[in-house]
Amino acid sequence: MPNTPSSLFDKVWDAHVVQHIDNGPDVLFIDRHFIHEVTSPVAFLGLKNRGLSVMFPDKTFATADHNTPTIHQDQPVKDPLSANQLKALEENTAKYGISHWGLGNPKNGIVHVVGPENGITLPGMTIVCGDSHTSTHGAFGCIAFGIGTSEVEMVLSSQCIMQPKPKKLRIHVNGQLGKGVLPKDVALYIISQITASGATGYFVEYAGEVFQNMSMEGRMTVCNMSIEMGARGGMVAPDDTTFAYLKGREKAPKGAAWDSALAYWKTLKTDEGAVFDKELYFNAADIEPQITYGTNPGLGTGISKKIPAATQMAGSEASYKKSLEYMGFHENEAILGKKVDYVFLGSCTNGRIEDFRAFATIVKGRKKAEHITAWLVPGSHIVEQQIKEEGILDILNEAGFQLRQPGCSACLAMNDDKIPTGKYAVSTSNRNFEGRQGPGSRTLLASPLVAAAAAVTGVVTDPRTLMQ
Amino acid sequence: MAYDKFSVLKSTAVPMPMENIDTDQIIPARFLKATERKGFGDNLFRDWRYNADNTPKKDFVLNNPIYSGKILVGGKNFGSGSSREHAAWAIYDYGFRCVVSSFFADIFKNNSLNIGILPVQVSPEFLQAIFTAIEANPNAEFEVNLPDQTFTILATGQQYSFEINAYKKHNLLNGFDDIDYLQSIKPAIQAFSEKSFY
Repeated sequence: MPNTPSSLFDKVWDAHVVQHIDNGPDVLFIDRHFIHEVTSPVAFLGLKNRGLSVMFPDKTFATADHNTPTIHQDQPVKDPLSANQLKALEENTAKYGISHWGLGNPKNGIVHVVGPENGITLPGMTIVCGDSHTSTHGAFGCIAFGIGTSEVEMVLSSQCIMQPKPKKLRIHVNGQLGKGVLPKDVALYIISQITASGATGYFVEYAGEVFQNMSMEGRMTVCNMSIEMGARGGMVAPDDTTFAYLKGREKAPKGAAWDSALAYWKTLKTDEGAVFDKELYFNAADIEPQITYGTNPGLGTGISKKIPAATQMAGSEASYKKSLEYMGFHENEAILGKKVDYVFLGSCTNGRIEDFRAFATIVKGRKKAEHITAWLVPGSHIVEQQIKEEGILDILNEAGFQLRQPGCSACLAMNDDKIPTGKYAVSTSNRNFEGRQGPGSRTLLASPLVAAAAAVTGVVTDPRTLMQ
Repeated sequence: MAYDKFSVLKSTAVPMPMENIDTDQIIPARFLKATERKGFGDNLFRDWRYNADNTPKKDFVLNNPIYSGKILVGGKNFGSGSSREHAAWAIYDYGFRCVVSSFFADIFKNNSLNIGILPVQVSPEFLQAIFTAIEANPNAEFEVNLPDQTFTILATGQQYSFEINAYKKHNLLNGFDDIDYLQSIKPAIQAFSEKSFY
C-alpha cells in the first residue's frame, strides 16, 4: 500500500532490511561503520580466529579518540596499554585496508565529531559504532546506534547486524527557547522528565519548532543524549539546515551525485498521519538552564531549583539516597552556589564549534576563577582550527584558559584527564555515573554556558546572570 | 567467540537490588584497555568491590561469602550507559550465566545474548520476591529453564514465564551466534549491497 503514512524511522529501517526472521531480529545492512581503538581489537581478533575477512573495507572508518592524551600528542603515548590499543588499531586497519585517522592525523578527533564534519555521515544512512553515543549521527536523519564488540565483528565480516525493530517514540518540543537555554538543556530537561530509562526499547524522532530551529551542532547534541534516556537512538528529519551543513564537506556527494542524493534526502520525513507507539509533548518555555545533581543523567533539574526530596522521586528511595550520598548532596538543598573544582568543556556531546562559541561569550572579559581547573578539549582538529580562526582562542587565553588537543578526554577518563576523588566537575559531557570521570569523581552535567559560568565564578552559577 | 550452551540452570543467586546499575560500575573505563578478551572478571564492579588500595570493601555483596552462584539479580534498568561489551564479558568471566532484572538497557541485553549470558526480565513484583527469597535464605536455589522459558523460586515454587525471541533462544540452546548466521547468508547480503543507495 504505497499510501500508508510512514515514519522517517520506518522509511530508513525498511530500506535496510536484508532479511526478516520470524520471531527474531531483522538482518540490517549497515552503510557506515565507525571504529575506534577501544572496542575494536577483540572484534579483529575474532575475525582472525574464525578465518574471516572484512567484507566492505570502504564502509568502515577508524579514528583514535577514547584513550588518547590531550596534550603532547606529538610524543609517544606514555601509557603502554593505551599505546598498545592504538597500535592494534593502526595495524588492523592497515591489514584490511580501512581508512584510519590516527593520532597526529589532521582529521583526527572524536568519532562522532569527525564523521559528520567530513561528510561521512549522510541522511538516511544506517550507522553503527562500538560506542553508545553513535546516536549523535541521528541528527542527519540516520538510524545510528551503539553496538557491542560482537556486533562490530559482525559488521566487519558481513556489513550487517541482527536487530529486533525497536518501538517508535516521537518527542515534540514546541515554542521558543529562552535566554541562555541551549540544546543540551533541552536534552537534560527531557531526560529529567522521563528518567534515564524512559525511552528504553524505543527509537526517538525529535519533532517540533525547537528542533526545526536548531543548528546541526545542536541537533547532534540532542541526538547524542538519546541513549541517556535509554533510547537506542534518536533522529531529526533532514531539512535545509542539514543540506546546507553537508554541502561541500569532503566526503559529501558532489555535482550530479549531490542532486540525486538531495532528491532522495527530501523524501526522508515522517508522513502526516504516521503512527508512533508513543508521543510526548513538552514546551520550550518550561526549560531553563539545567544541571544534574545525582549519578544518572535523569537526576537533573533547572539550575534555580532545589535538589528534590526522595519522596518526590519515582524510583527506589534507597538508590536515590545512595546517589546523593555519593555526590555529597542533600535533599532540598539549592544547587546554585555549590563549589566547583573542575570544568570540562568537550566530548561528543559538546565538543563542537558552537559549544566553544557559547563558552567564549561568558568568559570574554572575565577571568577563570583561581581554584578552578579547566579542561577545554575540542572534538577534533577541525574544531580546534576553527576555534583559532574565529579568534575564540584569544578570548579563552585572555581569560586564563588553555586549549587542549582533541579526544574523548575527561568524559570517560581513559587517559590522564581524571577528576580526583571527591572533587566536583561541571561537565558538558553526557554521563554523571559514579567514577565516570575518574574514581570517586563527582559530575554535574550541564551546557557549555553553565560550564563557563562555573569556570569564571568558581561555583554553580546561572549563566543568565552573566549575559547581556 | 564460542560460548557454553545454555539449557537449564539451577543455582543460588547474588542480589544487587540497586537501580540503574550502569556499565561504568560493572566495569570502569580504565579497565577497557586490553586487546584480548581475558581477565575482565577480576575487575567486575571494581570500584564497588575494592578500595583505592585494592583491599576488598567488606560490605559489598561479591565480597560477602554467604552469597554466591551463577545468577546475578539486579534492580531496575540494569546495564544502562555505555555499549561496552566488556561489561557482559566481565559478568561472564566472573562466572555468572544469567542476569535477572525487572528492566534491562537494550544494548546490554543484546551484548549478553551475543556472548551466552541469558538476561531474564521479570515483573517488579517477581523481582522483589526473588530478593525476599535470598534475604530469607542466601542458599535459596533458583531454576532457570530456557527450553520452557521459566524462572522458578524453588523454595516457594513461584514461577515466572519470561520472554525471549525464538531466534536468540535457538542460538543460546545450541551455542550459536549471529556471526555464524550472517556468514550463512552472505550471497543475499552481497546482492543487497549492490542495490543499496550508499
